[in-house]
Amino acid sequence: MKLKQTLIAAAIAAMAGTANAQVSDGVIKIGVMNDMSSLYSDIAGPGSVVAARMAIEDFGAAKKGMKVEILSADHQNKPDVGSQIANQWYDVDKVDAIFDVPTSSVALAINEITKKKGKAFLVSGAATSDLTGKACSPNTIHWTYDTWMLANGTGSAIVKTGGDSWFFLTADYAFGHALERDTEAVVLKGGGKVLGKVRHPLNAQDFSSFLLQAQASKAKIVGLANAGGDTTNAIKQAAEFGIVKGGQSLAGMLVFITDIHGLGLDKAQGLIFTETFYWDLNAQTRAWTKRFAAANGGKYPSMVQAGVYSAVTHYLKAVEAAKTDDGTKVIAQMKAMPTDDPLFGKGSIRKDGRKLHPAYLVEVKKPSESKGPYDYYKIRATIPADQAFRPEKDGGCNL
Amino acid sequence: MTEIFGVPTQALFGQLLIGLINGSFYALLSLGLAVIFGLLNIINFTHGAQYMMGAFVAYLLASKAGLGYWWSLAVVPIVVGFTGVVIERLMLSKLYKLDHLYGLLLTFGLALIIQGLFRNEYGTSGLPYSMPAELAGGRNLGFMFLPNYRAWVIVASLVVCIATWFIIERTKLGSYLRAATENPAMVQAFGINVPRMITLTYGFGVALAAFAGVMAAPIYQVSPQMGADLIIVVFAVVVIGGMGSILGSILTGFGLGVIEGLTKVFYPEASNTVIFVIMAIVLMFKPAGLFGTQK
Repeated sequence: MKLKQTLIAAAIAAMAGTANAQVSDGVIKIGVMNDMSSLYSDIAGPGSVVAARMAIEDFGAAKKGMKVEILSADHQNKPDVGSQIANQWYDVDKVDAIFDVPTSSVALAINEITKKKGKAFLVSGAATSDLTGKACSPNTIHWTYDTWMLANGTGSAIVKTGGDSWFFLTADYAFGHALERDTEAVVLKGGGKVLGKVRHPLNAQDFSSFLLQAQASKAKIVGLANAGGDTTNAIKQAAEFGIVKGGQSLAGMLVFITDIHGLGLDKAQGLIFTETFYWDLNAQTRAWTKRFAAANGGKYPSMVQAGVYSAVTHYLKAVEAAKTDDGTKVIAQMKAMPTDDPLFGKGSIRKDGRKLHPAYLVEVKKPSESKGPYDYYKIRATIPADQAFRPEKDGGCNL
Repeated sequence: MTEIFGVPTQALFGQLLIGLINGSFYALLSLGLAVIFGLLNIINFTHGAQYMMGAFVAYLLASKAGLGYWWSLAVVPIVVGFTGVVIERLMLSKLYKLDHLYGLLLTFGLALIIQGLFRNEYGTSGLPYSMPAELAGGRNLGFMFLPNYRAWVIVASLVVCIATWFIIERTKLGSYLRAATENPAMVQAFGINVPRMITLTYGFGVALAAFAGVMAAPIYQVSPQMGADLIIVVFAVVVIGGMGSILGSILTGFGLGVIEGLTKVFYPEASNTVIFVIMAIVLMFKPAGLFGTQK
């Protein structure tokens, strides 16, 4: 009996010992998982891996004697594929932290797996505000943006300027639903009303049928609660069906600079939306972007890719400070330290896992105002960090 | 205003028309597949990639050579069709003696390679392609706003479909082609160059895909995966219509476009599955497809 107790105690001590051992197997392994081949691969994709690599270099990991390795994988926007990769990474490949993961349904699945396994999950690509709400976790930090922030930034700006009746075109999965829900709340709060909504499958090519329904609703604003190729196709076809000429306005709830690049300024001009990063904010962002573009085939960074850089930087700082790569401890350390990097400036991380930084309400320039490729935005307003994101008490997170 | 299941009839007319327009793309693409399968017995999985190449070549002609939409409509099918001829000569022609499966694997592999190359070069956000000025704008039909370009899509697609059907089913050339599929040795004995005819047929099927690609460029984003998204649906259309049936693929293409359009009104969440549900039902009752004949 005594022996058994001693053995158990020894086993527990040994387990705790491995967790305390500074860096497991001597290597910090980070996995960048996102859409590498389909509609979100320009927003995240290989560019996020480039950003992570730059962060490791700039942190000077090699000089500090820290060995950092990067793995990357394509989750194909499918929660089952993403979960399988996450399990394999954590269990077999000994990955310590997973970064990026656009597509909210996949991010929510990996959020659960990471919590169960006590690892670290730094979300840049996914949007659903549930990650810091009812699905919040002590092992997850939501970095770059979320649906509440988009709804609050873009939605309230539009309602204030008279756009008080809305019709939603919503991508039919976790992200679209969250974005629609959060935007609807902002519209109703501002005294507006929602006249109708239609949910389209992810990666729909043809939006004419949905646009016709939006047109028939006579709503002043057609809110696009979707992203990537879905948004660009919808905007392109809305022009064709005379939505804007007929007096209705489009509100892209989640638009990235890569989308504007793909649409061309003549079709995108005048669009208003919210971003947390723009390459032309200041000298630091411009210098960083120059290096990034050189390593990324000339393509400029999206806010998601910038977010990966920022998150990896802060993660490595926390590993260095906490002297461990244990997921739960590193996340706690990250929350305890203020954040600071050239792209997002100074910021902080809240208890519920929400990273705080300013957001920018931008308007797309007219072709005549742009000096060349990627000179696309006018900053209309800066929303300070403490107002850009959902107040902690409203999220329903019980951390 | 009268309503059907809560949807105003006027809106319904609009949706029917939209369905017909989308059906034109299905018809154009499934027609090419049906021609290739009917006459070569090859299941051409590269079709979606060739449709995408059509849109990209149109984009490249516009941005590098300054050739507009109308030029593209004429030039692109020839250029992309020629790449089809090369593929047929170098690769497909070696597989005719083998099972269907080998042709399918080869063309599927090629599709992945082609899409990967374009993705590597151009990314996935898509590229802008302007509508020809002559077809910009639209007219109000009373029950809907019909963009001129979409009207043109229906007309052009119908003309091409009917012409193809006429050539294959009603001309001497078509009868040679059909004879060559039935009994190549016999047709060859009459002094007709069967291998060349087959090569050109594949090239023609590919040219049809490229033509559809040019038609799509002004309304959909020109992006590397535009074909991959569409090709699965088009295969379902071909299966429902009956593999290899020319008329079947045309009629099914338009018909399924309309059914899909109606689904987008009554239950939009199911709009990308409805075609597969129909496919399953059709296969249960008519395994050879609606217009197919059991061999």
